[in-house]
Amino acid sequence: MTERDNSAWSPSSREIERQGSRRAINRKQILIAAVSSFLVLGTLAVVLVTSPGWQTVKTTFFDIEYGTEVFPTVIKGLWINLQLTFMGGAAIGVIALGLALMRTTKSPALTPFRFLATAYVDIFRGAPLILIILLVGFGVPALGLKGISSNVIFLGTVAVVLTYSAYVAEVIRSGILSIHPSQRAAARSLGLTSGQTMRFVVLPQAIRRVVPPLLNDFVSLLKDTGLVSILGVTDAVRAAQINASRTFNYTPYVVAAVLFLLITIPMTRYTDRAIRQRTNAQSSEGAI
Amino acid sequence: MSNVLELKDVRKSFGDEVVLNHLSLVVPEHTATVLIGASGSGKSTLLRCINLLETIDDGQIFLDGKEITDPLINVDEVRRKLGMVFQSFNLFPHKTVLENITLAPMKVQGKTQEEARVAAKALLSRFDLADKADQYPDRLSGGQQQRVAIIRSLAVNPRLLLLDEITSALDPVLVNEVLSIVRDLKSDGMTMVLATHEMGFATQVADEVCFLESGNILERGSATAVLQNPKNPKTQEFLKRVHQAGRL
Repeated sequence: MTERDNSAWSPSSREIERQGSRRAINRKQILIAAVSSFLVLGTLAVVLVTSPGWQTVKTTFFDIEYGTEVFPTVIKGLWINLQLTFMGGAAIGVIALGLALMRTTKSPALTPFRFLATAYVDIFRGAPLILIILLVGFGVPALGLKGISSNVIFLGTVAVVLTYSAYVAEVIRSGILSIHPSQRAAARSLGLTSGQTMRFVVLPQAIRRVVPPLLNDFVSLLKDTGLVSILGVTDAVRAAQINASRTFNYTPYVVAAVLFLLITIPMTRYTDRAIRQRTNAQSSEGAI
Repeated sequence: MSNVLELKDVRKSFGDEVVLNHLSLVVPEHTATVLIGASGSGKSTLLRCINLLETIDDGQIFLDGKEITDPLINVDEVRRKLGMVFQSFNLFPHKTVLENITLAPMKVQGKTQEEARVAAKALLSRFDLADKADQYPDRLSGGQQQRVAIIRSLAVNPRLLLLDEITSALDPVLVNEVLSIVRDLKSDGMTMVLATHEMGFATQVADEVCFLESGNILERGSATAVLQNPKNPKTQEFLKRVHQAGRL
């Protein structure tokens, strides 16, 4: 038997026919999608614009001139949200990793830490973030402790870090638990200690596996930094609020919302892509 | 010739199920002991108990005359003397072939990266895998992965090698490339205990064959005695079934 030369392949007439049919099916589907989108979105737009209050809504929420005027103060506030996200994010990463390791340890010496870490995660994962922000923001200064800043930005960040560390710790822990016990058996049978096994074998695989959910939490973190505005931090939400209450025009809120979306939507898209790549990579990993 | 491994009256159960029923076994230096028996007969559990991956209920296990089933013993130190290869390879997917092999020599034996790499590359060339050093395990065939797993366990110079059905997850064509490594190691004088379903291979390497059923060693002796002229009816029955499966 001789092998056929691959480079000399040209599609058979049947294949050309099939490609033609596929293109026709495709064209039809695109047409259906376009008509359906036009009908649904068009109806929504018509309902909105013809509603009795549309004129008032337009001037109080979508006043372009006023929006441009408040834009600099809102974006200055957004810079605070971004700073809070990145600094808080770094602290959250470190604390969450510590909590996850404490919760998964079997070492008897660390039993009290395992217990404390579990209690910590239960409390901060179960309580609404806004309550934690209020408790930390107003409670800690009331203690009158020396050496602890009563700066609202600092206290707001602490509250967000406390809560998010609990969320992220659970994500990392789920990653650690998802690594098959055979990996641990292989490492231990080579003579690695349980600490070395965690550090060199389990954790690197676990973190890779939980990158997509961690990115999700990062997007949520950015949004939730808006909650520190209740302490009086002039972030984007607070800046919008100040402007809105001055003029009774709500356009600043819309400006703030759009600015958040401009950051979160690309991040979410990126996360979705990371999840897809992760899924593809895993399927090629086979039994491991 | 000294005894590398000795099991005295070892018992292990999972709940109500007795998996190892007061087993005794002696493995002299430079010999290969082959465990045969149906799935669930206790072969893997026996190997896992020797490697202290499972805690036994009763009895004693000695490595070079020292009891390793003493709760006060340093488990990591014992495991350093034992190499274990698994049915499912268990290579570390996030590390290259070379990193898989050098991890234990560097972290456990304290070798420098350079020393570990040189030694690992020598082993890889010996078993025709030098060109795979920088690849990740998922780019390798099953046979290549299992050969890397064997090399990984050899890299720490184990006193005893435990091989747990290392060809059961492989395509028949790939089985031989893995078994030939084990034959090489046997002729180098490596002491080993292995569980296998490959009877032809067992005949070639075994100094002693043990037939396990429900946690008991029902028959033991040389490969010819157990595999060619089994005395116990259950051994005869088992070998007949293996033979028939082979003909399919």
